[in-house]
Amino acid sequence: MNPLRALVRRPGRLAAEASALLIAVVVAFPLYWMVLSAFKPAGEIESSEARPWTPAPSLDSFRRVFGQQEFGRYFLNSLVVAGCVVIASGLIAFLAATAVTRFRFRLRTTLLLMFLIAQMVPVEALTIPLFFLMRDAGQLNTLGSLILPHIAFSLPFAIWMLRGFVKAVPQALEEAAYIDGASRARFLWQILFPLVLPGLVATSVFSFISAWNDFLFAKSFIISDTSQSTLPMALLVFYKPDDPDWGGVMAASTVMTIPVLVFFVLVQRRLVSGLGGAVKD
Amino acid sequence: MSSVNDRSAVKTPAAATAAAVTAPRPPNRTADARGGRTTRGAARGSGGWTPWLYLAPALLVLGGLLVYPIYQLGLISFFEYTQAQVSGGEPATFEGFGNYGRLFGDPQFWQVLLATVLFAAACVVSTLAVGCALAVLLTRVRAVPRLALMLAALGAWATPAVTGSTVWLFLFDPDFGPVNRMLGLGDHAWTYGRLSAFFLVLLEVVWCSFPFVMVTVYAGIRAVPGEVLEAAALDGASQWRIWRSVLAPMLRPILVVVTIQSVIWDFKVFTQIYVMTNGGGIAGQNLVLNVYAYQQAFASSQYGLGSAVGIVMLLILLAVTLVYLRLLRRQGEEL
Repeated sequence: MNPLRALVRRPGRLAAEASALLIAVVVAFPLYWMVLSAFKPAGEIESSEARPWTPAPSLDSFRRVFGQQEFGRYFLNSLVVAGCVVIASGLIAFLAATAVTRFRFRLRTTLLLMFLIAQMVPVEALTIPLFFLMRDAGQLNTLGSLILPHIAFSLPFAIWMLRGFVKAVPQALEEAAYIDGASRARFLWQILFPLVLPGLVATSVFSFISAWNDFLFAKSFIISDTSQSTLPMALLVFYKPDDPDWGGVMAASTVMTIPVLVFFVLVQRRLVSGLGGAVKD
Repeated sequence: MSSVNDRSAVKTPAAATAAAVTAPRPPNRTADARGGRTTRGAARGSGGWTPWLYLAPALLVLGGLLVYPIYQLGLISFFEYTQAQVSGGEPATFEGFGNYGRLFGDPQFWQVLLATVLFAAACVVSTLAVGCALAVLLTRVRAVPRLALMLAALGAWATPAVTGSTVWLFLFDPDFGPVNRMLGLGDHAWTYGRLSAFFLVLLEVVWCSFPFVMVTVYAGIRAVPGEVLEAAALDGASQWRIWRSVLAPMLRPILVVVTIQSVIWDFKVFTQIYVMTNGGGIAGQNLVLNVYAYQQAFASSQYGLGSAVGIVMLLILLAVTLVYLRLLRRQGEEL
């Protein structure tokens, strides 16, 4: 590019960069304010001026959160639910994605369409029949009542997303494996699985989020045994519409957001290439 | 976007899926795999029962926990099903379309339906506008501002719906929130008015769903050959003109995907409304279909009526999905 044009373009680009930074600040502000408020001492949250920093950070809110109502247990419950959902739906989706990408069989296209349509089902509407199903199966008030539906609901998406990753493994590799005498099972678990694993991890972030965030099922299915409750419910304990304990809510929110953020940042590059790579056709 | 489970809470799962629909496809080797196959089970054969074996767990789980509940939902919607039937005190009586009749005769249902459609439309338009504008902005800045914006967006994307809702409520809290202080609004309560409460929820929804649009569209723009854009710029086209006449048509497939996914997701918003307006707002002024169905079933124990609302939602979303599939077909997508 010739220097003259670069000079002419510069003011435009500087304005664009300034606005990009400004927008980044605005977008990040709610999260910043959440963490900040979690560290503010109680008196300061209720002070009349909204200061964007705190001179005396304190862990009081966190202490209150972890001291109340077996918060640690809820955290663990949430981890168990999300962990089971991620592992189970990941494995099941991997098998299914392999079936629909590496084989040709009757009904294959129909099945794919079904998986696509299944994603559009408003899960919340199914709370009613699922409630009766869980009651009849004796699963109410157990973590199983949260794990099972989430496995089902995260599957269709996981299968769709994994398809691309399974397809990307060259056909020649599969042929070579068979020529070398590998069985189907051996190819599946010792060759294909490790190759697809990074994609599987990226995909699992969505199963993780859906299970981790779940608030409706926890509210509807865990009705009497609070020891089986999960984080979102615990968070709402602090949030009473009339007199919310904002410090507590923000501290609990921070605790609940951090694992997702960490997971997201870890798989971020895969994720963007999985979604976006998409588009480079 | 699906049950980001609350799929609803799951911000984009389904959405992303859609993007995956357009995933790069390796050249289709079926033909030569079939023709030239000599070794046992060479790739992509029909494989006999093997694919069904692989599919079995998925089909079992989906059949039991998705298809069967949908069937049950339809069934319950035809019955008088209240607390008495749940506890087994009275047998459930078949009512035919009785629940639907009551629903369609209830002015509140139509009001909620209208609110849901308008609210979803507002969310979709705002999300797409913000997402696309920022995607274009991303292509015009250097690495540092781009990284800053990407990271901020990623943070918003990752925030759970419940915590996002409580944080935004806190930001706009009349007593302790920073927004009222900064704007000098005193103790104006955002959640009292119907429109301002919807507006507040809309802000949260846009905040947590624009990143998906931004990332996807940005990836799409990056795939557009640079010469095309340069040529347009040399011809003196303005930014807006380049977007409208060059980028938008080239990005059409991606735009279809993100639009439909946003429609589906925003139509199903549950957590944000439930938490931010405390279960549907004062006197139910902020109810949307999803929350309405839930309240009918679990707060009023009108399970039959709640199921009927669920079926109505299901049918509307099914219609949207069919439109979506047609659009994909037209683009010549091979599944």
